Amino acid sequence: MPASWYLALSAILFGLGVVGFVFKRNIITIFMSIELMLNAVNLALVAFSRQLGELQGQVFVFFVIVVAAAEAAVGLAIILLIARNRQSLNVEDVDLLKL
Amino acid sequence: MLVLEHLWIILALPLLGAALNGLFGARWPKRWVDAVAVGSTGAAMLAALELWREFASLPAAQVPWVKSYFPWMVAGSFRADFALQVDQLAIVMLLVVTGVGWLIHIYATGYMAGQGGYYRFFAFLNLFMFFMLLLAMAANFSLLFVGWEGVGLCSYLLIGFYFLRQSAADAGKKAFIVNRIGDFGFLLAIFLIFRTFGTTDFGPVFTAVGQQPAENSFGVITAIALLLFAGAVGKSAQLPLYVWLPDAMEGPTPVSALIHAATMVAAGVYMVARCGDIFVHAPAAMTVVAVTGCLTAFYAATIGLVQTDIKRVLAYSTISQLGYMFLACGVGAFAMGIFHLMTHAFFKALLFLAAGSAIHALAGEQDLRRMGGLRAKIPWTYRTMLMGTLAIAGAPLFSGFFSKDAILWQAYASGHTALWLLALAAALLTAFYMFRLVFLAFHGAPRFEEHAVHLHESPPNMIAPLVVLAVLSVAGGWMAAPVLWGGPNYFEEYLAPVFTRAATVAPRLMPAGEQAHALELLMTGVAVAMAAVGFFVAWWFYIRQPQRPDKLAEQFRAPYTLLLNKYYVDELYGALFVRPLAWLSDQVLWQWADVKLIDGAVNGLAATARDLGGSLRRMQSGNTRSYAAWVILGAAAITTFVYLLVR
Repeated sequence: MPASWYLALSAILFGLGVVGFVFKRNIITIFMSIELMLNAVNLALVAFSRQLGELQGQVFVFFVIVVAAAEAAVGLAIILLIARNRQSLNVEDVDLLKL
Repeated sequence: MLVLEHLWIILALPLLGAALNGLFGARWPKRWVDAVAVGSTGAAMLAALELWREFASLPAAQVPWVKSYFPWMVAGSFRADFALQVDQLAIVMLLVVTGVGWLIHIYATGYMAGQGGYYRFFAFLNLFMFFMLLLAMAANFSLLFVGWEGVGLCSYLLIGFYFLRQSAADAGKKAFIVNRIGDFGFLLAIFLIFRTFGTTDFGPVFTAVGQQPAENSFGVITAIALLLFAGAVGKSAQLPLYVWLPDAMEGPTPVSALIHAATMVAAGVYMVARCGDIFVHAPAAMTVVAVTGCLTAFYAATIGLVQTDIKRVLAYSTISQLGYMFLACGVGAFAMGIFHLMTHAFFKALLFLAAGSAIHALAGEQDLRRMGGLRAKIPWTYRTMLMGTLAIAGAPLFSGFFSKDAILWQAYASGHTALWLLALAAALLTAFYMFRLVFLAFHGAPRFEEHAVHLHESPPNMIAPLVVLAVLSVAGGWMAAPVLWGGPNYFEEYLAPVFTRAATVAPRLMPAGEQAHALELLMTGVAVAMAAVGFFVAWWFYIRQPQRPDKLAEQFRAPYTLLLNKYYVDELYGALFVRPLAWLSDQVLWQWADVKLIDGAVNGLAATARDLGGSLRRMQSGNTRSYAAWVILGAAAITTFVYLLVR
């Protein structure tokens, strides 16, 4: 399989992530969309790594996974607190920074 | 050769005194402040005396003795060192400044006792001495200017010493501002000197000037000389910039004595004498100096005739005497100008301090009309004041006799007959107004409430300086005594090396020989006769017929009022310069330039930033998804940009 197939899949996944990120209202869904975008990028990195025969791309992927794990921990904690304080997971309700 | 190697010691002593008193004096007892102030100036005087002794053994080839301590300003081709210089002229100035200054310090410990700001007063006084000594020893125009401005600053601080009094604060400002006008000319002169000669060091400048012929048309040297003289006019209170000096009487009396005798006003005469080499190359400027000096001498003397404030009479007499010094410089007799500067320092310091003693005795009364009959009550003040008066009037064998008559003789002998006549008339007026002052204050019946005022002679620390100065006022001119029997003037001979070059450029056609000497004696007789007439008229008016002056004032109301109001010069300057300037500052510079232009620009900028921010903050909706949209749009924009760039 040529690398372009992987890249196309990566682009589709990333696009789905963006759409979910912008249009969904549930915070957890938005969070998952972000994870989806991160993994779409991971896929592209691995594809390039394979095509060029270099390991750097895969090393990057590990870094991204580690950061994503940390982010998931922090992010879920924040979401938990929002849910507890506001009895809601709707992103529209979180607007304290408004003008 | 300690002091000769370390000239800075003389400067450092009063500066150290000023620093110590200024920093710690507030917490010190009076005794310590006294010790520091009097001790530092006394030590400076001893150092100056030691310098005089060491200087005497210096070979003539090494004069002027210049010591450069460190480069002070270096910029491009300009270089000015912190360099000090000693020659006979500087020695005379150093001795006069430290000697008279020291006596005034001692006197002030009595006069200022118990007054607020005591330590501040002495800190300023010491600083004044420092700047004056710097001025006297500077080896280039740049450093001279530092001392020049420094004495201006200190005079401002000391004239306005009682700054809670509006008139004192105004007088301080007036002195400073009027001096600035002259200083502007002086500064231009320094620029012109640097532009013409490429340096401001005295030695090279005077050498370069010396290689040129005297300038008979109006050229650059004449311009330099006239600008220098403008500075001297401001500092030494000559026409038309004399107006600050009478107002300077607002300061404490020791300050008046210091300003009028040893420091400040002497600076202008000193500077003209120091630049004698430049002036003799500009005959036109010399004429200006002589005429200005002579006119001032006469003009100020006429005002002095009718003033009723004891210190103001003395102030106008100072202006008049300074005029004599400039007359001497203007006719080329620089040494005589410095001679009169020295004797004047003695007797004018004496007169001021004695007047201060009388004011002290009367608990602050300065009006001659409310004095009288003090002779028996404060005998020492009276005796010393009389010595000073005889000296300034030119009574035979007193110091003023030798110096003033020498100036009159030089003016006559160098062919300036008109100036001589005017100066002679001024001498008559001088004798009159000085004896008027003495008769009004010390003779006749008391014109004050004798029981209300506790009359008392001043304490010994005020009387002692008076006595020393009285002795100097009597004997200070005896160096010139041999002139009377055809001998040399030792003072002139001592200063001769400084003015050798000046004398060769413009050789003064002085008559010589037996006949000339007879003529000189005759002229001296005429001058003494003039002084005697002045004395006699004063005696007639104020002792013999005390009602006469009032009747005369009644008869000649217009001229009397004119003189009493000092020719309305202050009012004239007020209308010509002060009020237009105040209007310009208020209406144009403040209301328009500051309020409208500058404030408008600054406030406009602030308003613009505020409005811009107000419209931009609409982007902050608080909606998380709109932020997300902005992030994505931004990412898309950057991606597109990079893509286009790479392609």
